[in-house]
Amino acid sequence: MNDPWHGLRRFTQARIALGRAGSGVTTAAYLEFQLAHAGARDAVQQTWNVDDFAEQLQQQSLAHIRLNTPVIDRTHYLRRPDLGRRLDDDSLQRLKQVAEPGFDVAIVISNGLSSTAVETHGMPLLQRIVARYTEMQLSIAPICLLPNARVAISDPIGALLHARLSVIVVGERPGLSAADSLGVYMTYAPREGNTDAERNCLSNIRPPDGLSYEAAAQKLAYLSREALRSGISGVLLKDDMPKRLLG
Amino acid sequence: MNYSISVQGKCFNFKNLRTLLAKASPCRAADELAGLAAESEVERALAQRLLAEVPLSRFIEEPLIAPETDEVSRLILQQHDAVAFAPLATMSVGEFRDWLLAGGSDLSHLRFGLTPEMAAAVSKIMRNQDLIAVARRCRVVTRFRDTLGLPGRLSTRLQPNHPTDNPRGVAASILDGLLYGSGDAVIGINPATDNLDNVCTLLNLLDDIIQYHHIPTQSCVLAHVSTSMQLMQRGAPVDLVFQSIAGTEAANRSFGVDLAMLREAKAMAESLGRGDAGSNLMYFETGQGSALSADAHHGIDAQTCEARAYAVAREFSPLLVNTVVGFIGPEYLYDGKQIIRAGLEDHFCGKLLGLPMGCDVCYTNHAEADQNDMDNLLTLLGVAGCSYIMGVPGADDVMLAYQSTSFHDALYLRQVLGLRPAPEFEAWLNGMGIFNGRNSLADARSSIPLLSEFRGISGEAL
Repeated sequence: MNDPWHGLRRFTQARIALGRAGSGVTTAAYLEFQLAHAGARDAVQQTWNVDDFAEQLQQQSLAHIRLNTPVIDRTHYLRRPDLGRRLDDDSLQRLKQVAEPGFDVAIVISNGLSSTAVETHGMPLLQRIVARYTEMQLSIAPICLLPNARVAISDPIGALLHARLSVIVVGERPGLSAADSLGVYMTYAPREGNTDAERNCLSNIRPPDGLSYEAAAQKLAYLSREALRSGISGVLLKDDMPKRLLG
Repeated sequence: MNYSISVQGKCFNFKNLRTLLAKASPCRAADELAGLAAESEVERALAQRLLAEVPLSRFIEEPLIAPETDEVSRLILQQHDAVAFAPLATMSVGEFRDWLLAGGSDLSHLRFGLTPEMAAAVSKIMRNQDLIAVARRCRVVTRFRDTLGLPGRLSTRLQPNHPTDNPRGVAASILDGLLYGSGDAVIGINPATDNLDNVCTLLNLLDDIIQYHHIPTQSCVLAHVSTSMQLMQRGAPVDLVFQSIAGTEAANRSFGVDLAMLREAKAMAESLGRGDAGSNLMYFETGQGSALSADAHHGIDAQTCEARAYAVAREFSPLLVNTVVGFIGPEYLYDGKQIIRAGLEDHFCGKLLGLPMGCDVCYTNHAEADQNDMDNLLTLLGVAGCSYIMGVPGADDVMLAYQSTSFHDALYLRQVLGLRPAPEFEAWLNGMGIFNGRNSLADARSSIPLLSEFRGISGEAL
């Protein structure tokens, strides 16, 4: 039996107005929670179909390069975050070969903790990000596809590509109500050893319930412009973009 | 000092205090990841035996990080009160454990006689029941608009997060939480973005709700401290200043803060004079593994690093401090067993060092844990006298994508242990018809005025 203010659920996905059995949750609410948790646990283990993603980029005529970390499988990925921040030797060599001219922006895309997120939202988000950067007349390095990576991999990749900005689009940890959220992290002057305080982050990108692709791309463009102008990123770069500018 | 021990012809050497502490730590993924953990169970047991023999005074003589290179180490030495330490000055870690367990009185006079490393060291040779029994005797009372930490009380942070910070969505979760008796520690939102306009909108929403309904609690939007400072300068209604902190200068730098910045923020918030019951107004979150995650642990184990963060916290007389124990993920705390142990250690060390310690009893979906593990930790912390826990609708945080404790969980704990909310807030709950005067929910909550008049969603059909 739900609470009488159940109608407020139209404003949020949060589990409000659940009702109760004594101090506990009702049987229905309990069973629903169990199923959602099971779904999220399964989502963490799912692998990313990189071939399919690369083919889609090909069709869009977006230059890309496929790279790898030394991570073997999903369980290994979960236990060894340090390996998710490193390229394997072969990837390192191939990246050095494209590095020559230098770029304004390096873009990395990884499944991170949710392959569902990158498969559902990765391509449309990437298209809008590329469109914004193109409008800003920024040069974009070949897009790096990299399964089982952590956010900080964007530092060595950005540095090897001699990029002024490094951007990583990554699947966020599945929650009970959302297993398909993408996050984007942007770092100015990427180099090995950047701290998280030097990154700007956009999270919960998953329309229609979370941030839309267009709003995320606009915000990223704003932060990129400010970072290139001021020469900083992260906590010192304040997001003072007025709300009305967000479409 | 030489840290070595021989057993059955085999010699175990620990090159310094830092190494000994790490090897003596109960098993956890973070120390394994950092390459600091004991290599066998026997090595761990022997390290604990050696650690028990180390004099407490040794922790003053052998700082884990050179004070010249780390401001947290300097702070720890500055804070140390030799007078309060005098009764313990000749004890070893093992003797200190026995002394703690044998006593029966309040331990608050010890606070500044102890360093974080002493607290961490003794915790490593304590069982879970020891951590609970001693923490129960540490009372820490703080005030802003209500009184937190009194005996027989359990408070909650109402955490009404929303994936896009939609004000009506946030307000809906706040109303739900209040109707379940949650929110006396703080109504605290983790914003989806630190955008200044956005954080300001949320601050105004919380201020309006608290003022209009005369709720004896405080608000917080858990943005970066520098964001809160900019907003205070623009005149935004900031009650509590939040910041994540850690136990080394380098880890704090990775969070974009240092002690000077925290001092400045505290002074700025104090000048607003918004608390009517007291002036504790800082809110800190911590968690084992954060220094390692920032590659800033200096070879110190995760639990000792965590205890060092409490030296930072207590410098600012905070209203609230909580470890976000299972948030960091399985590479740091692998499963329910490790999360439960860490939660009890953090609560014990925090309380012993004088902090108003709460706990975000939580886990992520990539950890080997579930809601049953949270029930266990929640119950143990209730017995240990934990100051507050989180209240998240249905335990599911739809913005941060992790599971914490629900409004229902707090009611359960109150029921089985007879714990009540902060007195001012309890009176408000009774007055509003939410509680029935007997520390439980009233039956007729669907007809109370709060439902139809609630700020932020008034005029909306339920």
